[in-house]
Amino acid sequence: MNFVLMVWRQRNAKSKGRFVPHLVTDISADTSFMEMLDVVNEGLILEGEEPIAFDNDCREGICGTCCMVINGRAHGSQHGTTVCQLHMRAFRENDVITIEPIRAKAFPVVKDLVVDRSAFDKVIAAGGYISVDTGSAPDANAVPIPKDDADLAMDAAACIGCGACVATCKNASPMLFLSAKLAHLSLLPQGKAEWRTRVLNMVREMDKLGFGACTNERECEIQCPKEVKVHNIGRMNRQFLLASLLERIR
Amino acid sequence: MALDARIPSGPLDQKWDRCRSELKLVNPANKRKYTVICVGTGLAGASASASLAELGYNVLTFCLQDSPRRAHSIAAQGGINAAKNYANDGDSIFRLFYDTVKGGDYRSREGNVFRLAQLSVNIIDHCAAQGVPFARDYGGTLVTRSFGGAQVSRTFYARGQTGQQLLLGAYSAMMRQVHEGRVKLFPRREMLDIVLVDGRARGIIVRNLITGQLESYSADAVVLATGGYSNVFYLSTNAMSSNASAIWRAHKRGAYFANPCFTQIHPTCIPVSGHCQSKLTLMSESLRNDGRVWVPKDPADKREPSQIPEDKRCYYLEEKYPSFGNLVPRDVASRNAKEQCDAGRGVGGSGFAVYLDFRDAIARNGVENIEDNYGNLFQMYERITAEDPYNVPMRIYPAPHYTMGGLWVDYHLMSAVPGLFVLGEANFSDHGANRLGASALMQGLADGYFVIPYTVGGYFAGNEFGKVDTSLSAFKGAAAEAEEKTSRLLAINGKRTVADFHRELGMLMWDYCGMSRDEAGLRLALRKIPEIREEFWKNVTVAGAPGEFNQNLERAGRVADFLELAELMVRDALHRKESCGGHFRVESQTEEGEALRDDENYSYAAAWEYTGVDSEPVPHKETLQFENIKLAQRSYK
Repeated sequence: MNFVLMVWRQRNAKSKGRFVPHLVTDISADTSFMEMLDVVNEGLILEGEEPIAFDNDCREGICGTCCMVINGRAHGSQHGTTVCQLHMRAFRENDVITIEPIRAKAFPVVKDLVVDRSAFDKVIAAGGYISVDTGSAPDANAVPIPKDDADLAMDAAACIGCGACVATCKNASPMLFLSAKLAHLSLLPQGKAEWRTRVLNMVREMDKLGFGACTNERECEIQCPKEVKVHNIGRMNRQFLLASLLERIR
Repeated sequence: MALDARIPSGPLDQKWDRCRSELKLVNPANKRKYTVICVGTGLAGASASASLAELGYNVLTFCLQDSPRRAHSIAAQGGINAAKNYANDGDSIFRLFYDTVKGGDYRSREGNVFRLAQLSVNIIDHCAAQGVPFARDYGGTLVTRSFGGAQVSRTFYARGQTGQQLLLGAYSAMMRQVHEGRVKLFPRREMLDIVLVDGRARGIIVRNLITGQLESYSADAVVLATGGYSNVFYLSTNAMSSNASAIWRAHKRGAYFANPCFTQIHPTCIPVSGHCQSKLTLMSESLRNDGRVWVPKDPADKREPSQIPEDKRCYYLEEKYPSFGNLVPRDVASRNAKEQCDAGRGVGGSGFAVYLDFRDAIARNGVENIEDNYGNLFQMYERITAEDPYNVPMRIYPAPHYTMGGLWVDYHLMSAVPGLFVLGEANFSDHGANRLGASALMQGLADGYFVIPYTVGGYFAGNEFGKVDTSLSAFKGAAAEAEEKTSRLLAINGKRTVADFHRELGMLMWDYCGMSRDEAGLRLALRKIPEIREEFWKNVTVAGAPGEFNQNLERAGRVADFLELAELMVRDALHRKESCGGHFRVESQTEEGEALRDDENYSYAAAWEYTGVDSEPVPHKETLQFENIKLAQRSYK
């Protein structure tokens, strides 16, 4: 198959970027999107040009490294799929494919398609955990957890932290990411003790880092490669409201 | 130097207690005076960072990914073993210990493995307390499943994402310590060297991958938890950035490399589909709980799998190994798949695949049950192959997956370099010549949560530490060497890409040091590798500049190291003239084609000492003592 790529090229965080066309010829439909970029880069290197910088690692859809925006959609248009699991058979012959980095104030561009997502780590550091020191745990079966709760917690915990929700949202809001972590922890009895401080600290950290807030358009849910649901945001908003009120009363 | 593994004497089940109670302690108020560098943030590195910081040590944690949460432990699918005996099926700490030593084909240390089995129980408790969403029954208790090499159900899991959930648990615990200020995090840093002062590990040199600048950090001890080296084969189930550089460079500074030829080829991976292929994807071993492995009896039978009737199918694992069936250990399953394909019975376009069929399990348990247990794996398979495994059997083939070999460590997980500790897949200690499924997660977390917090303390309390900072000449010298290597790579300006060399090396290793090895092939590889290495340093082309974000340069450095490590792997494979576990020497097999060990001559770990790029390494032998297990020919029939 043959394609024209319009790739965002930007030397570093300070310089200006622009779209640059790259021709891709004679690629098998079973090639993955990342491997197609590998082929383009091999060609560029041999011609003495700068290869396209793009983040990727596990190439099996679980590490969350590879998020980029393809034809305006985070991870491309195939539902429930990361870029690294996207294959060229999802495109048509001679398609023009635009590829650009996640665009969000909180995720500055490092180079070409690579962005700095360390803001997500900061949000987690603000409270995305259950405070238990190593060595102090009771027997794992001492706290039974209803299967439905455990399953719902697992649905939320499946988030890979790729940033597709931020990339998709017109407000660059990370609330799908944030609410997934809050839901995962607060659905489990172990996580209930700290639910109030957790939601307050994480939401405040999010605001501080320059992310936007949710205005209920739900694009994030459509683009999430792990199909994390927006009902988590609803739960988070209820928790945040309640925790804020309780904070004032006390 | 004689190798002292520092395994405590006394009864097996008291060794670890004894070790812990004899280790000197650091006063709680004094812990903050010590700094530990931790490289790598997978299960072992993140859990070590978290638990060391919880004790009060200052921890500097480095990873090459943009976030520590992306380390490749995240891709582990199936589960984690623990001798909880929740299933009431006769499991015990001794049985897990026994299965692991037997699964490793009697090439691991009894003391280490027993400790691992003991700690497995604590890991599940701790992870459940952290909020890891393990699979549960309707009554709210934890459920388990079976994995290869075991006849009990002791594998805990979180759907097909157990590694992800355990890693997020360890990552979260570490991020809590970042918030407390006890862990300082350095993402997007690649370790280029360790720095020794007065013979002890006191720091590291890293490249800041964003700015391209070299940075030096000093500490009182260095912990490496940088994973395995399967990417030496080019195509493997490892992540693209997984590499051997940290352990290889530590090896060059004096750490011994043990059993480098012990590599694991995982039986159930999605087969290679084309020449652009950059990596292979694993399908969890847990699938062998319900999936049945088969090939057509007649090599000429090219019908669609659904058209092949029952009596024309060969369920070769069930037929050959009736008591373990599809759940034989990985090395056995891989070799049998290769044997079937070599005999012409392979399926798919290339003929290098066998079927993994869920038809019977779906008929027995229903689609919903299968979806509940393996949903994400089926989806992953469908994404990659565009085939629906609910209706068409999966096609699978073995691929390089895990490396049992690694830096030699003693019972305290300290390498031959004092103050340099090595955890998880990066060390060699617990899996012998073959790792059983669901044991890697167990080992990484045992090392990080429950071993290193004790042994690092013992090291600090038992030694005097002078102040060291990065202005010392040892740091300056190491940084200058690293800088020089980078400049050399960028100056070659040859005609072949880094990936091209990597592919050539990988194919050579797969052909001659892969699933089966023989003297002639290994000798050929030993001749070829220095040739490829020489050409690499004359004819590679690396794009870009040193002082900027440069992924091609990162990869060039890693491939340069693989080109040296590969030679050591081949040497080790050549010297070990027995078959054991994943190391299958064609010359040494039973009449039935199983791996034939030679306990009289090879019941030891080979720890290699580095002597220079083009000079022969020196082997040191650590004899393995078996006091509690009787050595026997492994049988899974």
